[in-house]
Amino acid sequence: MAKNCHNDYKMKFSVDDEFPDLSLHNNHMAKVLTKDIYAKLRGKSTPSGFTVDDVIQTGVDNPGHPFIMTVGCVAGDEESYEVFKELLDPVISDRHGGYKPTDKHKTDLNFENLKGGDDLDPNYVLSSRVRTGRSIKGFTLPPHNSRGERRGIEKLSIEALASLDGEFKGKYYPLDGMTDAEQEQLIADHFLFDKPVSPLLTCAGMARDWPDARGIWHNENKTFLVWVNEEDHLRVISMQKGGNMKEVFRRFCVGLQKIEEIFKKHNHGFMWNEHLGYILTCPSNLGTGLRGGVHVKLPKLSTHPKFEEILTRLRLQKRGTGGVDTASVGGVFDISNADRLGSSEVEQVQLVVDGVKLMVEMEKKLEKGESIDGMIPAQK
Amino acid sequence: MPFGNTHNQLKMKFSSEAEYPDLSKHNNHMAKVLTPAMYERLRSKQTPSGFTLDDVIQTGVDNPGHPFIMTVGCVAGDEETYEVFKELLDPVISDRHGGYKPTDKHKTDLNSNNLKGGDDLDPNYVLSSRVRTGRSIRGFCLPPHCSRGERRAVETLSIEALASLTGDLKGKYYALKNMTDAEQQQLIDDHFLFDKPVSPLLLASGMARDWPDARGIWHNDNKTFLVWVNEEDHLRVISMQKGGNMKEVFNRFCTGLTKIETLFKERGHAFMWNEHLGYVLTCPSNLGTGLRAGVHVKLPNMSKNAKFEEILKRLRLQKRGTGGVDTAAVGGVFDISNADRLGFSEVELVQMVVDGIKLLIEMEKRLEKGQSIDDLMPAQK
Repeated sequence: MAKNCHNDYKMKFSVDDEFPDLSLHNNHMAKVLTKDIYAKLRGKSTPSGFTVDDVIQTGVDNPGHPFIMTVGCVAGDEESYEVFKELLDPVISDRHGGYKPTDKHKTDLNFENLKGGDDLDPNYVLSSRVRTGRSIKGFTLPPHNSRGERRGIEKLSIEALASLDGEFKGKYYPLDGMTDAEQEQLIADHFLFDKPVSPLLTCAGMARDWPDARGIWHNENKTFLVWVNEEDHLRVISMQKGGNMKEVFRRFCVGLQKIEEIFKKHNHGFMWNEHLGYILTCPSNLGTGLRGGVHVKLPKLSTHPKFEEILTRLRLQKRGTGGVDTASVGGVFDISNADRLGSSEVEQVQLVVDGVKLMVEMEKKLEKGESIDGMIPAQK
Repeated sequence: MPFGNTHNQLKMKFSSEAEYPDLSKHNNHMAKVLTPAMYERLRSKQTPSGFTLDDVIQTGVDNPGHPFIMTVGCVAGDEETYEVFKELLDPVISDRHGGYKPTDKHKTDLNSNNLKGGDDLDPNYVLSSRVRTGRSIRGFCLPPHCSRGERRAVETLSIEALASLTGDLKGKYYALKNMTDAEQQQLIDDHFLFDKPVSPLLLASGMARDWPDARGIWHNDNKTFLVWVNEEDHLRVISMQKGGNMKEVFNRFCTGLTKIETLFKERGHAFMWNEHLGYVLTCPSNLGTGLRAGVHVKLPNMSKNAKFEEILKRLRLQKRGTGGVDTAAVGGVFDISNADRLGFSEVELVQMVVDGIKLLIEMEKRLEKGQSIDDLMPAQK
């Protein structure tokens, strides 16, 4: 076990002296952390040397927002979720609807188990998209990894992605070294990611050494995209215009599984366990790490008094088309699954498919001036 | 340490080459000095408190620099950093401080009686005078690395020490985290309030962690002596007043600093200092005296003179706009201060400012009358 000298130095001070001031804070970490928990965890570190102060720094530095509940803690490696379970289990429970330490998470990436989803009305559904993240076993996570580790991940990723063919044949663009023309094209395609500016991310250390070993890969059709070393080791996105979510999900599952096979061959599978599913940097992305969603025109439904209630019952959430925390424009919303942990990929995409189908039907009714009272769904 | 890979022992599994930062686009002192061989020799070391080479250089890796401004690109996390990583920091110090050698000795002189003149800079030209420095408290890690407990202990000691000042140094402490709106407004109006750092140079080194915990501002009732606690350094000490009486400003500076140092020593905590580097501070650019003494001075004619830059250089002075470093001058008013920090004493540096400003004003008056300043050109100091 790597000795953490730094940790020992601050051990000269009492728990009271070292405990963070969380009096103005509103995030999951601040709601869970007590002096007792801090006292128990402060002397520990994971095998790679990640400490409880590392876990919570972003939540200490970013008190949060009265209306938006941020997570306020991150993992630095796979073992963080075990070594600091006393803090992270309650955070996970709060964030993921009461998920218990004894619960098991089910992974299902068999796209054939999805019913329907190929016929969402393209007059309403403008585009469909599924994204997730993956962490490569044997490396520490973005808040903590060294340059050597990050470059190791990039190298493995390039190799894995380069061996894809057919609909998945594509190209890798390292952030450091792309031409101006390449950069312009990636911006025009809305593929380019930039150095994080959110203090939620920078305070956790994820932007260190930028842009070293960061890059974007996409297939020639521009329907399958992978981000390397941004907030997670890999972010995988499948998307296309229109309402054929089934096709988007098929490509997502097939592509992900192909990539996973190649990583496994190099003895670097994805981080996963039967309790937390896929392990990612932020506790909010555990389980499936999946956000499946559509851009859909719902100008009438979105102004209906029961809109929020309907979304809650369908286990969906809305965002503006600019992403999280943006406003909708022209009655077009980004509607996606609210859950990540405790239900499978197929189940979550099914909720989106069924829910959006219902909401489009409701929109059509409202267009004709008819009531939707008989269509209000039960809580899923 | 939240800025991550610093205590990540897994990185030793990778070769030095795999871990070596890409500095190809970088223009800072660290990037100009670090080599793969040096990195290999230093990568497995750490100070007793656990500060590593990667901690030292992270800010310089994350901030490539600017083609015209030469940033330092490295910081110390504790007193021992300058010893454990001397192979990197000695050349950086040499580059930054005019060839200062590892064997050189630095002289400290805080006896304001040794300053000649300085009480009569023409107030028609000199609008205000100011002297600042920093101090680190021995026994604690520095802002990039200190824990909350350490930072709070530095604050507690500082409050105690400052509370026992008397006479014209009697004052009050305002903790950042619980000042009233009225207090905050007053501090803003007085231009005393400091805010959470936004510069990526500072953020990347970890100095803003846990903000605003244990940060605060102390000033005397007269508002002529100000101390910042736990901003970029443990303490930043500032003496200032309107007009051109630099002697008085420096006198108060020395008296106040010496008193504070005595109070800290009484409590078993000296300032970090050694005979080679003088006062030890977070940024290598502030070693030695850590002193910047300057005035806001009206030099509209001088500043348009072709020889202005050359004169400043010879006088060992530098100019800034009145908003501070990297701001433009407004209305021909410049902030003129000493360029050096290490290798000269406090008295010597303030003397250069006093003598240099006196000369620049003489030149300004000549130019006002349309006369030449050629005979006033100074030799290189």
